[in-house]
Amino acid sequence: MANEKRSFAVEVTNVSFAYDQQNVLEDIQMNISKGSFLGLVGPNGSGKSTLIKLMLGLLKPDSGEIKLFGTDIKHFEQWNKIGFVSQKANSFNSGFPATVFEVVSMGLYGKVGLFRFLSKKDKQKVKETIAQVGMSEYEKTNIGNLSGGQQQRVFIARALVSSPDLLILDEPTVGVDQQSVANFYYMLEKLNRESGITLILVTHDVGAMTDYVTDVACLNKCLHFHGGSDDFAENKDSMMSKMYGHDVHLLEHNHDHHDHDHSHDHDHAGRSADD
Amino acid sequence: MIEVFFQFEFLRYSLFTGLMIGILAPAIGVFLVVRRLSLMADALSHITLTGIAFSLLLGRTVPFFAALNPVYMGMLFSVVGSLAVDRLGHVYRYYKELAIPIILSSGIGIGVVFISLADGFNNDLFNYLFGSVIAVSQADFYLVLALLFAVSLFIILFYKELLFLSFDEEQAIVSGLPRSFLHLSFMIVTAVVIGVSMQIVGILLVSALMTLPVAAAMRLADSFKQMLMYSIVIGEISVLAGMFSAFHLDLAPGGTIVMTNLLILTIIIMFTKSD
Repeated sequence: MANEKRSFAVEVTNVSFAYDQQNVLEDIQMNISKGSFLGLVGPNGSGKSTLIKLMLGLLKPDSGEIKLFGTDIKHFEQWNKIGFVSQKANSFNSGFPATVFEVVSMGLYGKVGLFRFLSKKDKQKVKETIAQVGMSEYEKTNIGNLSGGQQQRVFIARALVSSPDLLILDEPTVGVDQQSVANFYYMLEKLNRESGITLILVTHDVGAMTDYVTDVACLNKCLHFHGGSDDFAENKDSMMSKMYGHDVHLLEHNHDHHDHDHSHDHDHAGRSADD
Repeated sequence: MIEVFFQFEFLRYSLFTGLMIGILAPAIGVFLVVRRLSLMADALSHITLTGIAFSLLLGRTVPFFAALNPVYMGMLFSVVGSLAVDRLGHVYRYYKELAIPIILSSGIGIGVVFISLADGFNNDLFNYLFGSVIAVSQADFYLVLALLFAVSLFIILFYKELLFLSFDEEQAIVSGLPRSFLHLSFMIVTAVVIGVSMQIVGILLVSALMTLPVAAAMRLADSFKQMLMYSIVIGEISVLAGMFSAFHLDLAPGGTIVMTNLLILTIIIMFTKSD
């Protein structure tokens, strides 16, 4: 029993959530195995980001329960086991005067704890992690002077520096050019393969990520599919039209569709369904 | 020119108190600015005025308050004001900045009523509004000294948490930092620093010493640590230059300190390229 539980990084059981009166998630049931690389896809406004926020304890479900590494989220305390990279545009003000080294160090703050300072070993770890994402030469550069793709690498490093067992990335490639996106996915795949870290990648770009992930989950209020990426690839077309209610090839390749403004999410979902 | 500050004991107290405030105000200001709370200093300084006026009013009838330094009542009001801002932030969740004009205008409004009830504007009040080089007593000096230690300790102990919270609040919460505790204690520390700083720079200009050095330092610094250091250096230069010129030209030090700050800021803006 104990072993069985330990094999899941995240267990979501009958979770529902509504903003005010509007249902965003209905009866979600999903277990994410340890060591998997899950692509969580769905149209804008499908509740992907909400589900992530529930998994991170930033929101509380209206009903149902969530377990992280076998522990009910209400009692979960080992937050340093969990790394999170949010949509860059939302979470970070690019005029903030901090160097790459300072930003990546922040990833250790929760682990180091109150009233303690970073040790020499911690600082070494920060440097190693910066090297791991290929940003060593920018260690002392102000984060605001980097390109979107470089900044995103820095945020990955910040999430990785505490050696998390689970890394959640919420649309990390918004605003990053196509070539960098491919490199970025490759980097994630390598991480997952080599260090066995569980990855959850949230995206509405269905096309590009299927080659890299091990599992796919399709979400649009309800969970429409959750299984291996091979399974998904075989049944992709029927799966997609079931989820979006129409043929979606259009959306896969439409990168202009990326929008930083969340308040229009519902708008977008409506529009793409009418396309 | 400088010797005169060492000839007279009361000037020595003013000088050292001024120098300590030149450290305290920018050090707290750095965090206020990066948290987009620069205007908070204004709101809290105005509520400090209410406290001072209240203390002066009480002093007319209750002997205990006549003997009590009005600064204490000012600090108390400032702390209560910071808690009120926090509370109002919850009431107006989508218009958080509304809390600032509400507190600022209440501060002035109630303050003016208290002042009229006391005995109108007098010399004491002028000193509180615009600062004074000679109003600092030995007791004031020791109070500021004690606060310098307490506030420095606070910043050193919570430096990494405050930095993380300012840079990326969502991430900071995910990694388990106690947001509410940190935010509240930071606001209280801010309120206390404003309360003591107004003795030298004056209520109406406290916020300048908290924000102008930071605005200048921000344009020079690559890292957050650098910005903190530069802000303090600029704060010290402006306090020194401001106090000397105020004494020799018989001007209110609040004005001369702000003018020095402004000069430094203008030069730095002229000689740094905007990005």
